[in-house]
Formats: sequence, structure tokens, C-alpha cells
Amino acid sequence: MSGASRRTALPGFGLTMGLTLTWLSLLILIPLAGLFVKTAELSPAQFFDTVTSPRTLHALKISFGLAFAAALVNLAAGLIIVWALVRYRFPGRRIFDAIVDIPFALPTAVAGIALTTLFAQSGWLGAPLAALGIKVAFTPLGIFFAMIFIGIPFVVRTVQPVLIDLDVEVEEAAACLGASRWQTIVRVILPSLTPAILTGFALAFARAVGEYGSVIFIAGNLPNVSEIAPLLIVIRLSEFRYADATAIAVVMLVVSFLIIFVLNRLQRWAQTRSLAVN
Amino acid sequence: MTIATADPALAADASIAPLARRDSRTEPRLVRFLVIGFALTFLSVFVVLPLVLVFSEAFSRGVGFYLAALGDPEALAAIRLTLFTAAISVTLNLVFGIIAAWAIAKFEFRGKTFLTTLIDLPFSVSPVISGLVFVLLFGAQGFFGPWLMVHGVHILFAVPAIVLATSFVTFPFVVRELIPLMQEQGSLEEEAAISLGAGGWQTFLRVTLPNIKWGLLYGVLLCNARAMGEFGAVSVVSGHIRGETNTMPLLVEILYNEYQMVASFAVASLLALLALVTLIAKTILEAQIEEGRHVSDD
Repeated sequence: MSGASRRTALPGFGLTMGLTLTWLSLLILIPLAGLFVKTAELSPAQFFDTVTSPRTLHALKISFGLAFAAALVNLAAGLIIVWALVRYRFPGRRIFDAIVDIPFALPTAVAGIALTTLFAQSGWLGAPLAALGIKVAFTPLGIFFAMIFIGIPFVVRTVQPVLIDLDVEVEEAAACLGASRWQTIVRVILPSLTPAILTGFALAFARAVGEYGSVIFIAGNLPNVSEIAPLLIVIRLSEFRYADATAIAVVMLVVSFLIIFVLNRLQRWAQTRSLAVN
Repeated sequence: MTIATADPALAADASIAPLARRDSRTEPRLVRFLVIGFALTFLSVFVVLPLVLVFSEAFSRGVGFYLAALGDPEALAAIRLTLFTAAISVTLNLVFGIIAAWAIAKFEFRGKTFLTTLIDLPFSVSPVISGLVFVLLFGAQGFFGPWLMVHGVHILFAVPAIVLATSFVTFPFVVRELIPLMQEQGSLEEEAAISLGAGGWQTFLRVTLPNIKWGLLYGVLLCNARAMGEFGAVSVVSGHIRGETNTMPLLVEILYNEYQMVASFAVASLLALLALVTLIAKTILEAQIEEGRHVSDD
């Protein structure tokens, strides 16, 4: 990285940039690089065997599949919540607006034991659901619910500012030109929100894939049934199978980055498209 | 709530001219009712109920039992370790945050986007993987493990690894708050100070710091909440030595797995309280930051 290209009288670029790069490398980059160095200790065949063993594949499927489904629920529910918070006035609106951030702020272990107790067969919600024959705690459904919990703030907080800033005149113009309310929402408002929606979806998804604390209590953690990939990493570590643990971690990282990369591309595409529309 | 003039059934019909409705920018009453109802129900079930349950379980055997659970030596040791870890991690990330934000927000250079992406990395990495990288560095089979063992230095399954893992996970919080704030404010005030003869350090303390103080506090607040509540990363590197390497979230897990539900929820209630205080402080700070923006606009 060469020096500052724009002339500025401010001092300290060399020093602060040097310190930034040093600290970033020591705490983040070198430790993360170790992950790939460790994986290289496995031969390609060993690596392939590890990540395609039925137990690993199932754990990856559970983590990525349920995270994707939970992010979809967050997307739909998040849009409705944003709409209610931004467009309507009702008693308690400000409190509910603040409440959206609780999954961010509540430590994951606390969320984990609370959700498990809530949805256990004797729990406040678990008991009525059990009466209907629906078992949530200690099943993949429990993992799904925990992932929905931690993903709520992402879609709401990314879409909310965009909806607030949305130009009112565009909506009025659509209505004046004879569009129904529903047409205005689907054809005019939704396209403007799409980039933010995709960002929120990607963030919720990424968080749910790697989530550990709020999921492991409610999951039941049965191998090949309700075992998530991060837990399998922890199990392999406790068995001192470092290379195996690392191989799973590398697959999780690479797949997550690929998915986020694709979603970023989609988001950029939606952005240029919505700019072109407006 | 304003009252829509059109009958919901009619308004839903696309063939009705928009002029038939007084307000073209809102939905029929029934739709509004359903949207608000869904939003409140969803948030209540998934967010409010778990939070209420934490306190309800913690006090389910009375205040005496609750206080006894928190006064337990193991609980006190966990509280101490959590405070200690957060104090170090937050300080490190605070200092780093200011330094990095200065370099990134005040200067133009190639690769800036790439650098901010790297800084954000810990947010997109699973907490378990954040812990794993330190096991790979300092574990018995790790890169530095054998050397550390020979020299009798304990990092993994000891406090240093807990601090490192927590710092890793909370790394982006302060920088992320500061960069947009400092970019928005620009460098004109600082350049004026420098041209009037102020030194770099003086300029920072007298000009920049007062401008960013609320944003800085905001970042520290979020950083602290995560540092005290981090579970996955710390769980991997802690070794779970009772009374020594258990932070509060780890103790919550241990007590829960031993079916000491009330004690577990008692410790959890402290963390939940921390989350609530953080949220309230955050709301107040957001108002302050907003105000600061308007003042600087004038």
C-alpha cells in the first residue's frame, strides 16, 4: 500500500497505517492463515474423506440448510416488522423497535438456555405445542427456531433505514397514475428495498450458519440427526483430531464466503436495477 | 391510527380508482391490523418470552436462593474473569479502533475497501472457528504449542487465550462505528488546527476526540456487551477449569448441564441485565449521535 495519494496536511498516516496492519495481522490474519496451513497437513484424499464422511456431510447440511430456511423466515417476518415499525403508529411501537436488538445484545448461552426451557415439553410454549404433537426442543425444528431468533435483527436493521428514507413522491406518483396499493408496494417500493433485503438476508444467513451458543442447548446434538457443523468442530477438537476439525472449518468458511459473494453480486445487480427503475 | 375511508374489501380490488381513497399511501385497516398483529406476536414469541423466562426462572425459588447462587465462589470467580477479560479486550480494541479509523477515514489510499473487508472478517467467522484458530496456534499439537510447553508458558486453556479469543471476536466493533462517523465529518477542522500550528496529538485530543466521543462510546458499548457475553470462541479455548477459566457464559452452560437450573438462570439473568442496560444506553447514545450530526450540519 503506497502513501496517501491525496495531499493532506494531516500527520500520522504512516504510523497509524503501520500499527493497523501489524495489529490486524497478529490478531486476525495470521491466526486465520493457520487454519489453511493446518488443513494442508492432510493429503487431498484425506481432506476429501473427512469432509465427505456421512456425519460431517449431515452436520454441514443441517447448518447450511436450516440457516438458509431461517434466513428466509427472517426475511419475510423482518419485512412485515419493518413495515409495521416504519409505516404505522401504535402503542408500544418504540419499545418494540428497541426489542428487535435483543438477539444482538443477549449473550448466546443465555438465549440458548432460555429458548430450550421455553420450547421444552414442559415449557411455556413447548407444552401447548407438544399437545398438538409438535416437538421442538432437541429436534432439528429447535435448531431452526434458535436460528430464527438470532437472525431477527439483521433484516429489520438493514431494511428499516432504507424504508424510512424512501421518497414519498414516488409512491404518490404511482397511486396517481392508477396503480393499486398492492401494485405500488410490489412494483415500486419492493424493488427499492431489494438491495437492503439481500444484505439483511446474507447477514442473517451467515450468522445462523456459524451460530453455536444459542443452538447447542436446544439442538439435542444427536449425530446424523440434530448435530450442527460448529459442534462437530468442537467434538473433533476434544478428540484431539485437529486436522479433521480444521478441514470442517475450512469448508464452512469457503462455502460461507462463496454464498456471501454471490449475494453481494446479486445485491449490486439489484442496486443498479433499482436505480435504473427510479 | 388514521382511519382509511374505503372498505377493506373494495380497497383490495385493483379496479377501484385510487382517488376513491383519501390516503393513497396507506393500506386498508384490516391489513394494517394484521401486519401490526403479526409483528408484535412474532417479536413477543421469539424475543420477549425468552427474556422474561430468564428472570422468571432465576427468581423461581425466591430472592434468597437467587442471591446465594450469585454469591457462590465459582460464580464470583466467573464474574471476576468476565470483567477482567472484557476490560482488556475492550481497551485493546478501543485503541486499535481509533488508530485504524484515523488511517482509514482521514486518508485516501489504494486497497481501502479491501482493508475494511479484512477488519470485518471476525464478524463473518463462526465463533467456534474463532476459538479454533487459537487452538491451532497454541495447542499441544499447534504451531507454537511445543515451544510454549518447553518454556512453561500457559496460553491455551488459560486466561491469555480467553482474552485473545474475545479480542478476536470483538475486533471490528469500535472501528466500524468510527470510520463512517469520521468520514462524514471530513478533515477540514483538523487541517485548520494543523495550519494554525497545533501538533498532531494536540489536534487529535482537542478536535477529533470531542467530535467522535459519542460514536466512540457507542462502539465501546457494543464491544463490551459482546466481550462479556461471548460463548463459542471462549468455550473452545477455555478448557473449562472450574473457578479458574470459566467466564459467566461458560458457567451458565456448566450449571445448566448439571441441572442446577435456578443457579444457571441466576447467572444468566446478570448477563440478560447487561444486555438490557446496553440496549437502553445504546438508544440514548443514538439520540446523542443524531444530535451531533445536526449540530455539525449547521
